Amino acid sequence: MSAPKFTTLTARCVVLANNDVDTDQIIPARFLKVTDKLGLGEKLFCDWRYHDDGSPNPAFILNQAEAKGAQILVAGNNFGCGSSREHAPWALVGWGFQAVISPMFADIFKGNSLKNGLIPVVIQPAAHAALLAARAKNHDLPVTVDLRASTVAWPGQDPISFPIDPFSRACLLDGVDELGYLQKFAGQAQAYEARHA
Amino acid sequence: MSQNPKTLFQKIWDNHVVAEEPGAPAVLYIDLHLVHEVTSPQAFSVLKERGLKVLRPDRTVATMDHSIPTKGGYEAADEMGRIQLRLLEANAIAHGVRIYGLNSVQRGIVHVIGPEQGFTQPGMTIVCGDSHTSTHGAFGSLGFGIGTSEVGHVLATQCLLQRKARTCEVRVDGALRPGVTAKDIILAVLAKIGVGGGTGHVFEYTGSAIRALDMEGRMTVCNMSIEGGARAGMVAPDDKTFNYVAGREFAPKGAAWDQAVARWRQLPTDQGASYDKTVTLDAHSLEPMVTFGTNPGQGVAITQPLPLPSSLADAAERAGLEKSLAYMKFEAGKPILGQPVDVVFLGSCTNSRLVDLRAAAHLLRGRKVASSVKMMVVPGSQSVKQAAEAEGLDKIFKEAGADWREAGCSMCIAMNGDQLSPGQLAVSTSNRNFEGRQGKGGRTVLASPLTAVATAVAGCIADPRVLLNGGQS
Ligand code: SF4
Repeated sequence: MSAPKFTTLTARCVVLANNDVDTDQIIPARFLKVTDKLGLGEKLFCDWRYHDDGSPNPAFILNQAEAKGAQILVAGNNFGCGSSREHAPWALVGWGFQAVISPMFADIFKGNSLKNGLIPVVIQPAAHAALLAARAKNHDLPVTVDLRASTVAWPGQDPISFPIDPFSRACLLDGVDELGYLQKFAGQAQAYEARHA
Repeated sequence: MSQNPKTLFQKIWDNHVVAEEPGAPAVLYIDLHLVHEVTSPQAFSVLKERGLKVLRPDRTVATMDHSIPTKGGYEAADEMGRIQLRLLEANAIAHGVRIYGLNSVQRGIVHVIGPEQGFTQPGMTIVCGDSHTSTHGAFGSLGFGIGTSEVGHVLATQCLLQRKARTCEVRVDGALRPGVTAKDIILAVLAKIGVGGGTGHVFEYTGSAIRALDMEGRMTVCNMSIEGGARAGMVAPDDKTFNYVAGREFAPKGAAWDQAVARWRQLPTDQGASYDKTVTLDAHSLEPMVTFGTNPGQGVAITQPLPLPSSLADAAERAGLEKSLAYMKFEAGKPILGQPVDVVFLGSCTNSRLVDLRAAAHLLRGRKVASSVKMMVVPGSQSVKQAAEAEGLDKIFKEAGADWREAGCSMCIAMNGDQLSPGQLAVSTSNRNFEGRQGKGGRTVLASPLTAVATAVAGCIADPRVLLNGGQS
């Protein structure tokens, strides 16, 4: 399995602006019995996306025509709070998302996303509001996430810088495998163990 | 005052940095890695793909808790659950990792058995693919949840790449009044700061109310740190901590014990050390707390009316409150006391230890669970279950009409078949009231074990202080 890579993406977005969307909503616990990462995209937001009888809920954004082909999710504040399940980014990536834009992400979700090539784009509330307004006017609004420059932009909006851990960014740009990086410290870890034995 | 005063967090951090390259996160050494069936399969797969072994099986402990049945018998609820449990067993055997499997008389919820068996000790770094690893911070350790990729990193290298978090002191002073517990403290903290209030921070709980808590109470508080967005919550170790750890199976013994305690006494935050921020709470003014919404920060004192969306200025917050109340089928401005309840769940890594069961049983003794309520009591571990039975607590629960189960996560996460039906309302001593957390369409009110018992007896949300004062509620 190779490490995920990301450079730049221009894509349509969908909006799910509720605050505090927890990972139990992103992927409910009953789907955590998998022993691989396959098929989780179909269960993404399952309890909002499907009625009890399994039919799609037409009122939910992912079931609407405008969601087709979107690769960026514009989320509300504190997206990904709650459980540490990495199944959440696996499900988002499985559906086709490659970036999520929010004023704030929960810490564990943010870390998990970066390890799966899903870019957590943090922007200020005012910029977030501007993006929502632009998107409301144009459902096909193309949004560009440029990881090298660490900027996000859309037509009529100059690129806005977003903060991202420089190490994670470098790993994603170059396809560096974090486990491989950690293994290079085996000697130092051994020395640490000897000091603390 | 020491020259370079440090917080408890800073001391443990500094003591575990193996290396740090410019621009990169620190390589942090992990003393204890707890593993369970749900978040480990894909991590073991990575090891297999790369031909790696678990580097330190002696620092790794596996348990089965999320999907296991609580009704006796040893069959998981479904085929996928069975496969996952068997896979953990196979992985543990292949890598020489100690496992508390289905037949273990000590198995239980990962955050209950870690401290119970003496694995959890002050000053340690402890991780698990589970956000409630914050629980272990009650011992003055740094415990936090990680994702499955990181589980693989720790299995293979015993190290983790980490950026240092900021610190937030949560100071709780004053004496709790009767009927008010550790659970009410943490629900009140969450109601104050919200579910994102601790993001980017590690909490250190300080103050006389925290010092006065027993270890179980401190675990309850630290457990729900993640519900405030903080990955870890810590309490400085003291004699209570050492007394709890002493003599447990995996605790140091003899001369090693004395050395360990001497080291642990150095851990508390130095005078003059500063935190990045501080939140305060007055314990004496607290009442029993309940949640009314769909995140753990949506809590109120049990005697208070539910908040009005119109009282919120921010449109997104207003919409969030409206959505939560609609899901819960609660009315803004109305009291939550008296809401009829279908299920009462006493269990989870927040409140399923012996002292929790004791407090609940003490209040329930001689009373009956209302006929309209199904009450389930699920001990946090088989050891807790045996100890409770030795004291006769099981009889009190059973005589009151409650269901007495085997240990596991059970209805906290509803992966094992124990779950709410759509629309049912539960009062639960667990930690998450997210939509559908306890079963699709189920509605959850989080509360203390005392409030859970009072509710079970009354058949509707009830204030435990009425029963404590001898009332029939
Ligand atoms: S009891 Fe609940 S919160 Fe605790 S580990 Fe189990 S599922 Fe997670």
